[in-house]
Amino acid sequence: MFRSPRPEEAQAPGRQAPRIGVFVCHCGHNIAGYLDVPALVESARALPGVVWAGDSLFTCSDAGLAEIRSAIATYNLNRVVVASCTPRTHEPLFQATCEEAGLNRYLFEFVNIRDQCSWVHMRDGEQATQKAQDLIRMGVARAALLEPLEEARLPVQPAAAVLGGGVAGMTAALSLARRGFAVTLIEREPELGGMLRHLDRLYPTMAHARELVERHVAEVRDEPRIEALTSAEVQEVQGYIGNFTLLVRTRQFGREVSLPVPAGVILVATGAQEFKPVGRYGYGDDPRVITQQELEQRLAAGKIPSPISHLVMIQCVGARDETHAYCGRICCLTAIKNAMLLKEHNPQAEVYVLYRDIEVHGTYFEDYYGRARDLGILFTRYTPQDPPQVAAGRVVVYDELLGARLSIPYDLLVLSTPPVPAPGARELARLLKVPVDEYGFFLEAHVKLRPLDFATDGIFLCGSAHWPAHLGEAIGQALGAAARAATVLSKEQVRAPGAISHVDESLCRGCRRCAEVCEFGAIEFVELPLPEAVFFRLTNQPAGRTVARVNPVLCKGCGACAVVCPTSAMQAAHFTSRQVTAMIQAAMGV
Amino acid sequence: MDEFQPKIIVFACNWCSYAGADLAGVSRIQYPPTTRVIRVMCSGRVSPLFILEALGAGADGVLVTGCHPGDCHYLSGNEKAVRNVELARSLMALLGIDPGRLRLEWISAAEGARFAQVVTEFTAQIKQAGANPLPLKPGSDKNLPENGWDGLSRPSGQAGEPAPQVFG
Repeated sequence: MFRSPRPEEAQAPGRQAPRIGVFVCHCGHNIAGYLDVPALVESARALPGVVWAGDSLFTCSDAGLAEIRSAIATYNLNRVVVASCTPRTHEPLFQATCEEAGLNRYLFEFVNIRDQCSWVHMRDGEQATQKAQDLIRMGVARAALLEPLEEARLPVQPAAAVLGGGVAGMTAALSLARRGFAVTLIEREPELGGMLRHLDRLYPTMAHARELVERHVAEVRDEPRIEALTSAEVQEVQGYIGNFTLLVRTRQFGREVSLPVPAGVILVATGAQEFKPVGRYGYGDDPRVITQQELEQRLAAGKIPSPISHLVMIQCVGARDETHAYCGRICCLTAIKNAMLLKEHNPQAEVYVLYRDIEVHGTYFEDYYGRARDLGILFTRYTPQDPPQVAAGRVVVYDELLGARLSIPYDLLVLSTPPVPAPGARELARLLKVPVDEYGFFLEAHVKLRPLDFATDGIFLCGSAHWPAHLGEAIGQALGAAARAATVLSKEQVRAPGAISHVDESLCRGCRRCAEVCEFGAIEFVELPLPEAVFFRLTNQPAGRTVARVNPVLCKGCGACAVVCPTSAMQAAHFTSRQVTAMIQAAMGV
Repeated sequence: MDEFQPKIIVFACNWCSYAGADLAGVSRIQYPPTTRVIRVMCSGRVSPLFILEALGAGADGVLVTGCHPGDCHYLSGNEKAVRNVELARSLMALLGIDPGRLRLEWISAAEGARFAQVVTEFTAQIKQAGANPLPLKPGSDKNLPENGWDGLSRPSGQAGEPAPQVFG
């Protein structure tokens, strides 16, 4: 089923003299505005092995790609170098273009002259151009040594594992199940529902959160393709796109069990939780000081003592400051919603919202804010340099716009705090081997181009696990992530990377140092039968010799084995010592 | 004469540090144009011989970058990088090369600003240390520091020959 490239196969086309084409992209103004693109083309043309060099406004456009295909055919190119944005976003596109023109995708080389050159040396075009020339020289030197590689085809398990049973996770699970895929929905809490279970109403419709949660939970329960595991946590993740296995600890029949969950894709929808501002404005000491979520829990349970005649809310508590530098994003609208509810409950109440900036972007929300003002809710702006002070049942705040210090009594002081990553997010990220940002939210592959993907193939994300999301956004992202996941699940096979290690058995002496450093158990040892050789009969050695062999499905291509191999028998394909050394020498002009 | 502009070979792991370097660009954070980045899948791929090769070829500095401890895409490649860089450093000491020319840094995909900062600092440090006198050229012995470089000379191969075979 799987085969790794045999060295003779891999080298056959590579033995032809390199005929390299270099394509320098302007990226509109992004590169050409800072680097001397004609000079880059000129110097590229003079490099050894280069038979064609040119530039285009956008190499990734249809016209640019057509130019690559036609140059491959016209000039019989056997290597393609594109100097452009970054391989992290555009390498697959150019590789696919090479493939369409009959060139193995591993004969493509990317040179990053935008993200790591023009954009970071905007004030020094001359030196940036010199650097770009070096980078292109390095890329061409490597390209000349690239070898075609084969990719193993791997079957896809047509099932998804969705981590997190909040609204995002349930929406994604339903969407995938209705496409016909089996879904395991894994929720840590004993109940599905996530953050919404702690909320009272939803802005801007004022619908009851409980109704929405109950409807979603009922749909999940009624969907035969979804298996929902509650009180369940992921303990271990193995495998790769198309063939993951998660080990999930859960309770079944009153016993704790560890279940293996096979899945072709994984969706991360683990959500967020409200930050608890212990020690601020009397929170934790004064029972009248609570958070927005605690207020909502009381509202939902009908536990607000009436009448509240003096209500104060403070925005940005633990947000946009040294605790969390980011904007909590949902807290302004949450405060407006709850202020309106309480004001409607008791129209005589004085309701103050102390804010730094009101963030109500979008088509409905500005109007929603206007309605709150019309109801008579008082919005008072404070600055972080002079924040509100709380003492003896009063909030003292300097109102920037009035130019006066106000002293406001409160029966209830509600603190608006930002969502923070769910506990265990970092641990889950470690299990999945995906990154989190500095705050612990999951980090997408690309903020604009791949907002629902991780850089690791087959893992997707949605909802507040990514960053604080409104309900509508969480649902939109969940549907999007499910669609992204379906692009994998709907295929029968995926391609495994070809850039993995392999062994030159003639050089291997079976010392096993490679296996010692391999984290993935990808190296096995086999006994090679030796030909009937006079030498062995004479010396009376046992026939056969042990050599390493790489399992192409298990090898992840990190290259650690190649570093420790004392005979150079082990080589990391696509990152061979010769290729790296050639880049070093090209960089230094030796 | 132009101010000395060092050349620094940067090995960046595909998953964290290369993405961090991209993020510096996306965020338009400016840093000196001294880096020549070589992308590898993992910092654990960086053989000590790559480092010596770079210094031997005249790189003024070598910066190895990888994921933070515990964040390695390949579980422990960055731990291997620590060992490999230490090994390279001891070989550098043996050869009389200033160990300050080699640096290992953890830079995550979210740390664009940190990538820029590390390059800026390292560039300043290398400027202070001065140019790497390697590669040795015939008649360049006057460049030799008092008690260094003796052990390391360019391989005697002629120009145009393929790179000397190194393992790793």
